[in-house]
Amino acid sequence: MMVQAIAFYVFAGVTIASAAMVIGSRNPVHSVLFLILAFFNSAGLFVLMGAEFLAMTLVIVYVGAVAVLFLFVVMMLDINFVKLRQGFLQYLPIGGLIGLVLIVELLMVVSGWVVSPAGLKTAAINSQAIDGVSNTLALGRLIYTEYVYLFQASGLILLIAMLGAIVLTLRQREGVKRQRITDQLDRKPEDSVEIIDVKTGSGV
Amino acid sequence: MNSFVDLLISLPELFLVLTAMGMMVAGVYTSAGKAYTLISNAAVLSLFGAIGLVLFAKTGTTLAFNDLFINDGFAQYIKIILLLAAALVILIGDRAVRKIKIAHFEYPILIIFATIGMMLMVSANDLMSLYVGLELQSLALYVVAALNRDSLRSSEAGLKYFVLGALSSGMLLYGCSLIYGYAGTTSFTGLETAVAGASNISLGLLTGLVFLIVGLAFKVAAVPFHMWTPDVYEGAPTPVTAFFAAAPKVASMALFVRITMGPFQGMADQWQQIIIVLSILSMVLAALAAISQTNIKRLMAYSSIGHAGYALIGLGAGTKQGTTAILIYLAIYIVMVIGTFACILCMKRKGNSVEQINDLAGLGKSHPAIAAALLLFMFSMAGIPPLAGFFGKLYIFLAAIEAELYSLAVIGVLSSVVGSFYYLRIVKVMYFDNLSDELDSVTGKRISVIISLCALTILLFFLSPSLLVDSASTAASVLFEK
Repeated sequence: MMVQAIAFYVFAGVTIASAAMVIGSRNPVHSVLFLILAFFNSAGLFVLMGAEFLAMTLVIVYVGAVAVLFLFVVMMLDINFVKLRQGFLQYLPIGGLIGLVLIVELLMVVSGWVVSPAGLKTAAINSQAIDGVSNTLALGRLIYTEYVYLFQASGLILLIAMLGAIVLTLRQREGVKRQRITDQLDRKPEDSVEIIDVKTGSGV
Repeated sequence: MNSFVDLLISLPELFLVLTAMGMMVAGVYTSAGKAYTLISNAAVLSLFGAIGLVLFAKTGTTLAFNDLFINDGFAQYIKIILLLAAALVILIGDRAVRKIKIAHFEYPILIIFATIGMMLMVSANDLMSLYVGLELQSLALYVVAALNRDSLRSSEAGLKYFVLGALSSGMLLYGCSLIYGYAGTTSFTGLETAVAGASNISLGLLTGLVFLIVGLAFKVAAVPFHMWTPDVYEGAPTPVTAFFAAAPKVASMALFVRITMGPFQGMADQWQQIIIVLSILSMVLAALAAISQTNIKRLMAYSSIGHAGYALIGLGAGTKQGTTAILIYLAIYIVMVIGTFACILCMKRKGNSVEQINDLAGLGKSHPAIAAALLLFMFSMAGIPPLAGFFGKLYIFLAAIEAELYSLAVIGVLSSVVGSFYYLRIVKVMYFDNLSDELDSVTGKRISVIISLCALTILLFFLSPSLLVDSASTAASVLFEK
């Protein structure tokens, strides 16, 4: 129990700290790296809650794809973030006001939050864990049996996304010299080597 | 669970998916010059093959894949229209696609994938399968709208459609989540019991339904969710516009019918008001806004908004007769739209396509055959008897009167009269204006055959309307016998 609590506070603390650093750091590349750190720590939190599938997807999808994409965007587009931040002070009053209103609203919602006893009971019925079946196994069973139709149709959507990206962006350029291995192998000595009888003293 | 039976029930979709994937592989391994010809022919063949499979698999109402997928007479009727529309669009667009250099072999494949998405939509029996089908369709359509990537307008059309489409998908999903939250199920069968069994409809469920209707209204381009239509129709390459005006419209309208007449039948008095307002606004705005258009593709966009309004009258009636009328209307609409766009695709001057209405001047003298066909389509869209379009409107208005929606029917007739002005203006420009620069003569056997077939269908429909009316009423009755 003690170990769990320590792990929770470490993960949670690092998540919040790195989230703050995402907005706080001056260098956008550092921001993205802190974002990745925040993702990793939230994955740790998910593992602590017993949601190992969510943890894996978070690492694979967010760290593996989204964050790397951000990194590419930041590095390739070369956006001047210092310029973007100009006028920060100018908009601070109105931004702060809106933030304040939202915080007050949030506080009002949270303080008035009551979970109905009946709702708690039904929630407990639905979420009873089956012994020996992990999250991943349970989800896999559902996706590949009951929802196989939706799974396949989503696969089709991804196929179209790929096809569309290729159709809209791939350009065949003129005048590009490509290596053609079959042509290279087809070459015979007669085509490329010429024996010239050079007379002494005259050059080629 | 017998998965083999499930596969048999969804055989047409499965067949199209597999052939589309096969075509992707074949297209990559064929030399660039030949790939488009090969793949577009294969695509048309496979679409016709799928029509055969839909007809072959015609057996009552069957559920598959854990009740996520439904195959019934209604879905089959719509699927046949959709497949036919897709095949015809690929055929009529053939030359134009080559001309504007978007003859990538991916174009017919994307059309097929969009069609598959629409087939999944009309076969949806669950909010989740509805969304997946809708997204499959939309994603493929966004790409084809922007297919002419060297043209600024085409890219703009694609981007505009994408952003607004994503917004509407978001609203639809929000509606779905509310419905799920308040009804406790996403299955249409479950929703029907939940709605019918409830003594008083909860506000959350109602809000969810409103959002769902908004998302769908965006897809059928009903006013006030029509803003994207004229820009996208104008910017997208003309063969793509023909597809936009035809198939997605029918699919979304069918989905509209499936949802309102199915799970939410018990809330009819709630959604009817929304549908009636959408319908009136669409008809009136389309009739008025189309008057000042000079571009024929924009004009067709407003015309399609108006037609969506007329079809919604049938839905507003909320009866079996209304549903039958929608199904008849959609079938006739598809024929008119494809015919008209085939004529528009023929409009070329010195090899370049032109799309202003003024360019049609003198068409009656220079190209009597095309002008006569376009005249038929325009008269039919305006609803002049004895052409097919008249019968489409007749059944719709009859259904409205039977349901005692007199004011709706009157507004429909009035806006139809106003609307006929801009259809007749095209006829006037063609026959009575002086010849400007002559347009090129029509090339291509396929397009001439399709134009004449569409024109004949429109012209001779009155000889035996029962052919269509009977199958439409059988398809509609499926939704009402429970």
